[in-house]
Amino acid sequence: MDTILEVKDLVIHYETDDGRVYALNGLDLDLREGETLGLVGETGAGKTTLARGIMGLVPDPPGRIKGGEILYRGTDLLRCSNAEMRHVRGKKIAMIFQDPMTSLNPVTNVGVQIAEAISNHEHLSHRDALVKAREMLEQVGIPAGRAEEYPHQFSGGMKQRVVIAIALACNPDILIADEPTTALDVTIQAQVLDMLRELREKYSMSMLLITHDLGVVAQTCDRVAVIYGGEIVESADVFSLFERHLHPYTQGLLNSIPKLNEDVDRLQPIEGMMPDPTHLPEGCKFCTRCSYATERCRTSHPVMREVASGHSVRCFRYEQEERHEDR
Amino acid sequence: MRIDKPLLQVKNLKKYFQTPGGMLHAVDDVSFDLLPGSTLGVVGESGCGKSTMGRAILRLQEPTSGTVLFDGTDVTACSKRELKALREQMQIIFQDPFASIDPRMTVSQTIMEPLIIQHKMDRRDKKGLERKALEIMELVGLAPRLVNSYPHELDGGRRQRIGIGRALVLRPRFIVCDEPVSALDVSIQAQILNLMQDVQKQMGLTYLFITHDLSVVKHFSDEILVMYLGQMVEKCESKRLFAQPMHPYTQALLSAIPVPDPRVRMQKIPLKGELSSPIEPPVGCRFAKRCPYATSACTQKAVLPREIEPGHFVACVRAGEL
Repeated sequence: MDTILEVKDLVIHYETDDGRVYALNGLDLDLREGETLGLVGETGAGKTTLARGIMGLVPDPPGRIKGGEILYRGTDLLRCSNAEMRHVRGKKIAMIFQDPMTSLNPVTNVGVQIAEAISNHEHLSHRDALVKAREMLEQVGIPAGRAEEYPHQFSGGMKQRVVIAIALACNPDILIADEPTTALDVTIQAQVLDMLRELREKYSMSMLLITHDLGVVAQTCDRVAVIYGGEIVESADVFSLFERHLHPYTQGLLNSIPKLNEDVDRLQPIEGMMPDPTHLPEGCKFCTRCSYATERCRTSHPVMREVASGHSVRCFRYEQEERHEDR
Repeated sequence: MRIDKPLLQVKNLKKYFQTPGGMLHAVDDVSFDLLPGSTLGVVGESGCGKSTMGRAILRLQEPTSGTVLFDGTDVTACSKRELKALREQMQIIFQDPFASIDPRMTVSQTIMEPLIIQHKMDRRDKKGLERKALEIMELVGLAPRLVNSYPHELDGGRRQRIGIGRALVLRPRFIVCDEPVSALDVSIQAQILNLMQDVQKQMGLTYLFITHDLSVVKHFSDEILVMYLGQMVEKCESKRLFAQPMHPYTQALLSAIPVPDPRVRMQKIPLKGELSSPIEPPVGCRFAKRCPYATSACTQKAVLPREIEPGHFVACVRAGEL
């Protein structure tokens, strides 16, 4: 499978009054054509900064892109002008945000909001754009007759469908979904995820699904990347990751969720909390919470090592297992 | 078999709200018993009335009708003074650790406030208050150096520990936990759940644990009550509910949980549409419109919970045959 989006060594910091926030610290990620890649991490790990970075929406100030490349079909988006980025956003790469309540305009009806996205990128008359908007509503399972209604007349799940309709209206290559179902109830979440999966296939898009829910990842994604302290600590296809989670942080995450098919008396949480992003540990970012940490972890920074086909991990414990293709 | 007297008995509890569109039935005729030292999980989707029920039990919102017996005392018939005394034994932990604690009070002030309100300690006894605060902070896993910190200096997990400390300081017997871990990250969530289990054992607490997270509720509860549009649709022992859900809504709800294992492909029971309006709901089963098994009998008269097997209550006319 070809790579459609490649993020290389991306560094984004926020310069705030309280010091420099090290949001992304040399992040590498590749999204392949037609796949769904899950990006898993907790609050403050840098998930949303990455999504904003790809979209060219990092607020500056305080955000600063310090280095790296974001290659979309070979073009570095970081070198694009604002005008060029406007052709990419919405048309090539679209994004849906976590909270459908705040991403819609409350004083405009939903049909017009979808049509607005369409007219931004396609030479259509206002009337034709509205017709297409109604088609998009049908695509996401909302009767076209509701196009003249306003966001407050829709439930949370329905609003998220409208947001998806806006994102897909121009048939983008890549959809970035930032916690698209976190605000929704579980039965509605199931409906929305199923719909996203169908539409992803129908429009042959690639999807970057940002989430903290490992259940959603297991059921929706082809590959997974785990992010901690602004860098990827483990990446693999979904089957190998759930079968053999290598990084102590990934292990901790999976152990701390209660599982429906197992009974445990006590959960095993990860001790401590996320490191302060203005003062990240020097060596491995996870060393302050890791039960295996040694002196070396505190002083030197581990690199990503591929330990099995397509399965890479950033941890000194797997140094011996590194795969050498040429051996 | 242990024969315990229930600590809490809820009988035909109703809470209606007057709205411009008619009467909103937030909690509609819910009854259950809760044994001392146990945990009852309450699950359901947003808007099903689970939080309103928790608040109505504590009379943070006045119930429209029904009775709540706490250790034999009728909470709903108490005077204000009696209720204040009773609150010493009944506390609540709120969902949002950012909104539920006063930003202008320090950690120790927040934790100590209930003691002052209940006249257990004197506001002027600074030394005594601080000593007590440190004791509670140790219990809930807050470092002593945070005693004079303000909430904005702390992350969500620590703030929720303050909320728990505040609920525990009066040594209550019963706590309503309204989505206490929903706002927290998974690794922190596990820490807080373990803490709540530990203090439950230590202090013999009884919990009403309200949540929308079904994996959490299974882990945490002895019994589970499933709510749909203000009504109880199913209630039974936690493991049995997951092994053998009998109400079609429970079945659909459980089938929609994403399993954190890619080898397990979910057999989802698709539900048509979304939650209908709780304003002037129709007679009969409120789930009938979305139910794949609905018949004409479902919508003719009110469907009350029946005890299908010992301890397993289901509000469905077709329960047992499905």
